[in-house]
Amino acid sequence: MAQSFSANSHDTAALTARIEKRWAFLMVSIIALLVAIMIFTGLHWAMMPPSRVETIDPSTLHVSGEFVESNLGSAVEPNGSVTVRIVGQQYSFTPQCIVVPSKTPITFRVTSADVIHGMLITGTNINSMVEPGYISTFKTEFERAGDHLMPCHEYCGVGHEAMWANVKVVDKDVFSKMAANTRRLTCDL
Amino acid sequence: MISNRRLVLAHFWLAFAVFGLAILLGEWQMFIRSPLHGWLHNPDLYYRSVTAHGTVMGYVFPTLVAMGFGYAICELSLDQPLIGRRWAWVGYAMIIVGSVAAVVPVALGLDSVLYTFYPPMIGNAFYYIGVVLVVVGSWVWVVLMGVNLNAWKRAHPGAPVPLPMFANVAAAYLWGWTAVGAALELLFQILPVALGFSNTINAGLSRVLFSWTLHAIVYFWLMPAYIAFYTIVPRAIGGRLYSDTMARVSFALFLVFSMPIGIHHLFADPQVGSGFKFIHSVFTAMVTIPTLLTVFTICASVEIAARLRGGKGVFGWLKALPWDNPQMLALAFSFVMLGFGGAGGLINMSYQLDSTVHNTQWITGHFHLIFGGAVVIMYFAIAYDLWPHLTGRAMQDLSLIRTQLWLWFVGMIVTTFPWHYVGILGMPRRMAYFDYSAPGLSGEGITVIMSTVGGALLVVSALLFLLILYRNHSASRAETTPFTFSRAIHEPTSLPLALNGLGLWVGLMIALTITNYGYPIAQLIGLHDAQVPAVFIGGKR
Repeated sequence: MAQSFSANSHDTAALTARIEKRWAFLMVSIIALLVAIMIFTGLHWAMMPPSRVETIDPSTLHVSGEFVESNLGSAVEPNGSVTVRIVGQQYSFTPQCIVVPSKTPITFRVTSADVIHGMLITGTNINSMVEPGYISTFKTEFERAGDHLMPCHEYCGVGHEAMWANVKVVDKDVFSKMAANTRRLTCDL
Repeated sequence: MISNRRLVLAHFWLAFAVFGLAILLGEWQMFIRSPLHGWLHNPDLYYRSVTAHGTVMGYVFPTLVAMGFGYAICELSLDQPLIGRRWAWVGYAMIIVGSVAAVVPVALGLDSVLYTFYPPMIGNAFYYIGVVLVVVGSWVWVVLMGVNLNAWKRAHPGAPVPLPMFANVAAAYLWGWTAVGAALELLFQILPVALGFSNTINAGLSRVLFSWTLHAIVYFWLMPAYIAFYTIVPRAIGGRLYSDTMARVSFALFLVFSMPIGIHHLFADPQVGSGFKFIHSVFTAMVTIPTLLTVFTICASVEIAARLRGGKGVFGWLKALPWDNPQMLALAFSFVMLGFGGAGGLINMSYQLDSTVHNTQWITGHFHLIFGGAVVIMYFAIAYDLWPHLTGRAMQDLSLIRTQLWLWFVGMIVTTFPWHYVGILGMPRRMAYFDYSAPGLSGEGITVIMSTVGGALLVVSALLFLLILYRNHSASRAETTPFTFSRAIHEPTSLPLALNGLGLWVGLMIALTITNYGYPIAQLIGLHDAQVPAVFIGGKR
């Protein structure tokens, strides 16, 4: 095309515009495909980020309501699913060791008693912010038994780097034996 | 010609000086948390360092580069002396005062809140006031860019606005508007608490307001690099810009689409509903379009240069490129890093995939690769290209420049690739140390060492960069040819109104911000339950 600079400038202008349009069309199509994949996965597997704007007063967490200490940990629901309630505070999670069954629908409900924290469970897609004033709720299911780390992933003050918890996934039947004796389950490290 | 050389040089030198200091902090952070060093006894030192590194690299350094480059573009492309030079110096002084006010309490350990603030943690008020001053100082530049363009347009009715100035003013308006989010957070939420007028804060609302700034600020960092892609590189390597119109379309699209997408930083947050998260995800997908258009236009422009130099064949022309030209080298490195970083960005913006990497070292790797890599290497290129015109002296260290660029490229890859990898394994960000003896972490120590080595290469490269610029001031005087920007194959003779001004695009930017942010912000303002007590750090005042 360089040689044709001085040629008919209308022709080259039309040519450059045509090539550009082709490229633009191709790029828009690729991006549209990516968005379509997002929509499909979102609807088909109901894979969506945790999102319900639910508030809670962090200054009375320990006094009453869902997040009092005796209610934290894993609870078996009447329908067989498990709800795990966790509180994050500078610089630990309560409970520090979380035990959950494999192959069981699990709902996490997490909030913070002071500043912004975060949590992820290594080797999984579980990843959420933990914010004072709000409850993070998300559902998941663990495929198999195993141990995972659960670091706080948001800067929460000078002790942030030491804020790690553990997650033990145990076989479904092992878990139900454990659950027979206690109302709320936690584990030892 | 640049008649305001001192102003431009003052901005660039301050930018590069603080950059040189902040990069040392970055490398220190990598070193002390690697297995090469024992656990830090006072982790707060690490967080002070992160706060200073982020504040300088995120706010001060790129803002000063954009401002200095903007003042240069203003005179060089409009061919008229800068209007409001005295105001420009006032803005510059505000940035100095603001930076000092911010960094001193950080160094004293009163403000280890990171550059993202993280309320309800509240530090000493001077840090926030300093940041506000830096932003207000940069707004002086925003106004001046608009004033200068309008003066030129009045003097040249109907004439096409030069592309560099069009893009420069787009960057200015983008920054002016995107900084509003953080400004609202600082003025209405954080400062009242830091100054003792209030003691509660809605942390969820703060995060939404900050996200308003947090994404588009990245595009503000990126604008000087894109301006260099379009208006410097093709000329420097002896080519022509493939399409002036496409360049304008890309800058206009950046203005519109980089703003209403910030909630993609909040996919894992509980305070925003899934509908708005999804909308922001889709708009983030759209903002890739101007970058993909840019890649095409610039590659085509480069190909023109190669063919003018006798390059032949489908790929054979690549050999004919002037690879010894620093601008060519910088562009190639920038595009490679932009490619990897952009691919990572597509993963981050995908509604679902984000949960695998959110707040892990992957993210640290991502933005260092895009900003520190693809963008900052073009800041170097801009400085190399402008410097002879600012000092009136020839740039003699061409082989040193090439070494510097190579080191930066290799250093950035070696630093960021291990971060991406351990991010997928779930290694969290912002940790003063890691327990490498813990099961599940023991294998990851080696990646931190690799990043430390990469960081060392970056430090060497940065020092070389400063040395090259410094030496130029005492090089032999040379009659420099007048500075020119790239010429397009088809220079515009007249332009549609929409592409000859920014009114329409600024209107769209504001409208989309309101549609995409209005409801989440209004909803959160109404949530009085979510007002939580502030947590003071660095000692109670």
